[in-house]
Amino acid sequence: MAFDYEKYIRPGKLPHIWCPGCGHGIIMKGLIRALDSLKLDMTQTSIVSGIGCASRLPGYMDCCTLHTAHGRAAAFATGIKLAKPEMNVICVGGDGDGTAIGGNHFIHACRRNIDITYVIMNNYIYGMTGGQFSPTTPTGNKASTTPYGNPDPCFDVAKLAIGAGATFVARGTAFHANQIDKLIAEAIQHKGFSVVEILDDCPTTYGRRNKFKSVVEMMNRLKEVAVPVKAAEKMTAEQLQGKILTGVLYKDETKPEYTAEYDKVIERAQAKK
Amino acid sequence: MEKTLPKIEIIEKYCKGCHICVEFCPTKVLEMKGFVVAVKNLEACIKCMQCELRCPDFAIKVITE
Repeated sequence: MAFDYEKYIRPGKLPHIWCPGCGHGIIMKGLIRALDSLKLDMTQTSIVSGIGCASRLPGYMDCCTLHTAHGRAAAFATGIKLAKPEMNVICVGGDGDGTAIGGNHFIHACRRNIDITYVIMNNYIYGMTGGQFSPTTPTGNKASTTPYGNPDPCFDVAKLAIGAGATFVARGTAFHANQIDKLIAEAIQHKGFSVVEILDDCPTTYGRRNKFKSVVEMMNRLKEVAVPVKAAEKMTAEQLQGKILTGVLYKDETKPEYTAEYDKVIERAQAKK
Repeated sequence: MEKTLPKIEIIEKYCKGCHICVEFCPTKVLEMKGFVVAVKNLEACIKCMQCELRCPDFAIKVITE
């Protein structure tokens, strides 16, 4: 049987607003398959987002959803998790929303190691607002605000998350669609802050300015640059030049989780009375 | 053993004509008909589900038994 995605989508919401060929739809399908594989209770699952193309995702999902201020998804999600630690909280957002405007909230959520899953859909650009360059736009690439090439070095979202203290970091691509659900499912099951960066394509504002003739060409680029972590172990530094590692990049199960630590604080405070 | 063919359901209302399914089908089952995708050669389908997995618009369903 074909997978029934519409069970998880609010009735009458499709077709979605994303452009033809935008990878966000592929990632949303991966997220739905991940939720289905874990058999999560949709009344106990909350999807939180900020502003942007990727942040439109919760609007389509038939579970508890929150569409918040630009970049503040992690802050609102922290609130939900602290108030209701039994809930499964998932943040979704784009690269601009997560690492620039919400960069502050993102790194501090990583640092606290609160049990939230953050899915970052990295399409290298601010799509919705008109194609401005984001912190993940590769150096030299063109955006509407950098017509002569972007002079800034770019963020590696996975390394940023590891450095900030996230305890589960994985990376996938929109091309490798059947890997997305497995990575997200593993991230949701992980106790602690988990980041899943998914490389995406934005044909409308990124592709056409950077000499990608079609969506298919952008997908083929993702196919070419992605190297699974295990395969990369056998490759030389020269072969890995320009490649991007995919799969589970970092996992640490020893660090204490924030809501559990906060419960201890409450206990200590109440014992003093 | 006789090969059983799947049923490929295309929801034309959802399809935005991005070509992803047509290009990444390993046996070239699908084609573009105007702005939407259509089944060209169902006989060749190997039920790999790549079109269903990669369709960003929820427009393709490969129904196997």
